[in-house]
Amino acid sequence: MTTLQPPAAAEPRPAPPPARRDRRSWTGWGFLGPFVAVFALVFLAPIAYSLYLSLFRDQLIGGTTFVGFDNYQQAFQDDRFWAALGRVSLFLLVQVPVMLGIALLVALALDSGRLYGRDFFRISVFLPYAVPAVVATLMWGFMYGTRFGLVGDINDALGISLPAPLSPGLMLASLGNIVTWEFVGYNMLIFYSALRVIPHSLYEAAEIDGAGQIRVITAIKLPAIRGALVIATIFSVIGSFQLFNEPSILRPLAPNAITTDYTPNLYTYSLSFNGQQHNYSATVAIVMGLITMVIAYVVQLRGMRKGV
Amino acid sequence: MPKHSRRLLRGTVLICALALGATACGGSDDGGSSGKAVSEADVQAALKKGGTITVWAWEPTLKQVAADFEKEYPGVEVDLVNAGTNEKQYTALQNAISAKKGVPDVAQVEYYAMGQFALTEQLTDLKGFGAEKLSAQYSPGPWNGVKAGGDGVYGLPMDSGPMALFYNKKVFDKYKIEVPTTWDEYVDAARALHKADPKAYITNDTGDAGFTTSMLWQAGSRPYKVDGTKVSIDFSDQGAKTYTDTWQKLLDEKLLAPVTSWSDEWYKGLGDGSIATLATGAWMPANLASGVKEAAGDWRVAPLPQWTAGGKAGAENGGSALTLPELGGNKELAYAFVEYANAGKGVQTRVEGGAFPATTAQLTSQEFQDTKFPYFGGQQANKIFAESAANVADDWSYLPYQVYANSIFNDTVGKAYVSGTGLADGLKAWQDASVTYGSEQGFTVEK
Amino acid sequence: MTSPVVTVPDRSATAPAGASRTAPRLRGPRRRHTPGRPRRSVLLTVLTGLVLLYSLVPLAWLVISATKSQEGLARSFGLWFDGDFALWDNIAETFTYDDGVFTRWLLNTLLYVVVGAGGATFLAVLGGYALAKFDFPGRRAVFAVVIGAVAVPGTALAVPTFLMFSNMGLTNTPWAVIIPSLISPFGLYLMWVFASEAIPAELMEAARIDGAGEARTFFQVALPLLAPGIVTVLLFTMVATWNNYFLPLIMIKDPDWYPLTLGLNSWNAQAQTAGGEPVFHLVVTGSLITILPLIAAFLLLQKYWQSGLAAGSVKE
Repeated sequence: MTTLQPPAAAEPRPAPPPARRDRRSWTGWGFLGPFVAVFALVFLAPIAYSLYLSLFRDQLIGGTTFVGFDNYQQAFQDDRFWAALGRVSLFLLVQVPVMLGIALLVALALDSGRLYGRDFFRISVFLPYAVPAVVATLMWGFMYGTRFGLVGDINDALGISLPAPLSPGLMLASLGNIVTWEFVGYNMLIFYSALRVIPHSLYEAAEIDGAGQIRVITAIKLPAIRGALVIATIFSVIGSFQLFNEPSILRPLAPNAITTDYTPNLYTYSLSFNGQQHNYSATVAIVMGLITMVIAYVVQLRGMRKGV
Repeated sequence: MPKHSRRLLRGTVLICALALGATACGGSDDGGSSGKAVSEADVQAALKKGGTITVWAWEPTLKQVAADFEKEYPGVEVDLVNAGTNEKQYTALQNAISAKKGVPDVAQVEYYAMGQFALTEQLTDLKGFGAEKLSAQYSPGPWNGVKAGGDGVYGLPMDSGPMALFYNKKVFDKYKIEVPTTWDEYVDAARALHKADPKAYITNDTGDAGFTTSMLWQAGSRPYKVDGTKVSIDFSDQGAKTYTDTWQKLLDEKLLAPVTSWSDEWYKGLGDGSIATLATGAWMPANLASGVKEAAGDWRVAPLPQWTAGGKAGAENGGSALTLPELGGNKELAYAFVEYANAGKGVQTRVEGGAFPATTAQLTSQEFQDTKFPYFGGQQANKIFAESAANVADDWSYLPYQVYANSIFNDTVGKAYVSGTGLADGLKAWQDASVTYGSEQGFTVEK
Repeated sequence: MTSPVVTVPDRSATAPAGASRTAPRLRGPRRRHTPGRPRRSVLLTVLTGLVLLYSLVPLAWLVISATKSQEGLARSFGLWFDGDFALWDNIAETFTYDDGVFTRWLLNTLLYVVVGAGGATFLAVLGGYALAKFDFPGRRAVFAVVIGAVAVPGTALAVPTFLMFSNMGLTNTPWAVIIPSLISPFGLYLMWVFASEAIPAELMEAARIDGAGEARTFFQVALPLLAPGIVTVLLFTMVATWNNYFLPLIMIKDPDWYPLTLGLNSWNAQAQTAGGEPVFHLVVTGSLITILPLIAAFLLLQKYWQSGLAAGSVKE
């Protein structure tokens, strides 16, 4: 009876609703068709085009030549690409658990009914999601400033010297903070919605058993929203691997800390837009897409295996 | 399932074929007019006939020029579009050219980016319009810029940026520091200033390709040599050494404010005296007047410090031309507009709007030289700028892929600003990366 | 005030089809949710308050900064007011600067949101309903393909997409922004999950037995039940469309078709060019004005959620 169950979870369900299986027909495509048509135009066609592009090389001098899988070979030996991937992997391993952890705690707090001003909390924590990444990065960029920004003001006022958030050493953490700020509320709302649809009969049963709050959370709430946790994790993994907006908008403030190959997505952007290397850029994007898919798949498998 | 996914796949392939076909058959060349002679009469006829031209430019003074042009030629409509600043516009232009659709009739291109478009023949050679006879009208730096290291004339110079030293006189007076005339004195001034006020810096620098190449230009370094598709890159000549030795001192002693130009922090620093000088192009006064209003009257202009006492070497920083993309239409009308804006009446309009011209007639005119800048306390700053313009060595060239090279400047040279890497090593890394890219793109590159 | 955000008919209770059709079970008032009517906790409120503070301080900076003039921004402490209170002047200037182009951007954004987010929600609802309630060839592959496609970095797809759209004559038109906005993978997922929970199979069977066609079953039976989920998806797609930046940046060169994000960015970039006039105060004020409609929509939709269930399910 869980909600927000990711696709794979549909299979191991003990008793699938009978009405589903006996109507195997093409009718469903009538409803899904419009989505798929637009999807094919916006996603599949460009990807297919990129696959085609990835087999060629275009030079300023010499034009376009077919090179087979040379670009892929180059990508696998490309230090800049792997360094960028390593960077976002580190980001992923730290930022995603922190963000989802905070989101989950807030969602549980809201759901517990023990907060004063619950509605105010819910809307306020969600608000940063409404702020465009351009504006959010602008705001944090200001606060990070050590000369004239908020960090600088604090240093002056207290006579201390906080480390510079825009220095190369702290940049990844500073970006993590911006992303966390933007998306905590979004993930919180997903968890909270999932919590709200847990059937009351379960709580009533727990009450009869005399279970405490913590026990209710670990035994009922968390298992019930596992689907939501998994899908939020998958989308966060994709989001981390595609980290682009925040570093690219912050780059003018810290051009030496955020290199053009800082994240895989910045790297493909730079290859394509600064370097006119559309073919190689397409190749890197496809390799990156494959890696992301594999990891998303592993997350899903692991997430669903636990205790189903 | 396999059967059905195959069906799905077939659908996908169909759509892709559509996409590929669309780009693959994206139209043949629509007959550019490179080399073709276009007479003055043709241009006049086009003006009489009228029509619409699309102009991609971010230069703010062009708005008035376009309006005046429309007034003078009632049949002509100028659609002025700000398609982004600097490299954003080049990206847009490159995309439009790849798609062979939506290419503007006129595009603003900076001198450093000219080579990339000229080499791949994406810009119309204006010699066909008789543009080469206008060469005498322009100062040497900008004219060198529109030739982009080749024989053609790929645009008409719009503005230029002969460098000068802008300094905050109030700060210099307060700490009784002499305005430096050489870069060695500049370093001394930097030390004295930072010692007197630890929050104040002689200037800001976080690594800027345009600034560094201009400094190398002035120091006599010629790192790039371009001969068609043969390119050589070398940052180890004497000029480069002169520059890195001096600038390394400023870096080592932390005398440069780690604030990036054009950020709001930067504008703040220019206003409150914590950034005391700027060595930059002559287009800067307009930005100071509109962006740093609170420091009006504090700033002055001095000649650019020299590498040898008593020297007179200048350099250009920034500046752009108006060009005719090969795939644009309405060539005669487009050229008429470019000529009006950059060689005709438009020049004066733009000077009055605060732009810095590239034409010698304006630069040497009494009226221009006598102009008093209220922002600089009534100083006749144009005298300094004009002299600087005249002293720019015209044998500098940029790479035919300078836009890309500049984009990776901070990846390489940037290390010198945030870690222990030396500036010279940073330049070496930049050189290597530029060589690699050039070779990948099919250039014959020598180190 | 205290009814749940999203509630669905309880299928675990095997109510007869007829019964659930006339009166789908509603969740009771919230206080029955946890046993023993929880006591409000100051400690928990304070701890959650830290997250709240973290969320709101940057927004406070935005609000405070919007009250400052261009000079005031430069000279005053970020989190406190400057002597001059310039908010009204800034708002007026934002709407009049550059021949009032801001209003145009605002209207463009509204167009993109109404058509783009509305369309995206509609497609997601249709698709989610299909995935949840029909078994059809290729059904299982659909979501895997969607996730896989989303995993490919969008920046590298931008140029191929641009070339395609350009050849279809769509660049520099509103369609170049709207068509890509029509796809919301997360929306599709949410509607899939939601539809499989919220629409009892018995109810659809009953409608079919009554002779309703597929379209009628969808619009008259399914859609009302899906209302709370639709609101959630609409919220997400609205934000995504409203904040859309990268694709319009490539697709739209005509400032007359800019969305707000691009317009604000072009104002911000104005400070970075020779002869350009820095208008940071307008960028800040414009940013504030940009997020206000979204916040208003949140508040309105929040109300809708609270009564949404009753409206959605009792109607039938």
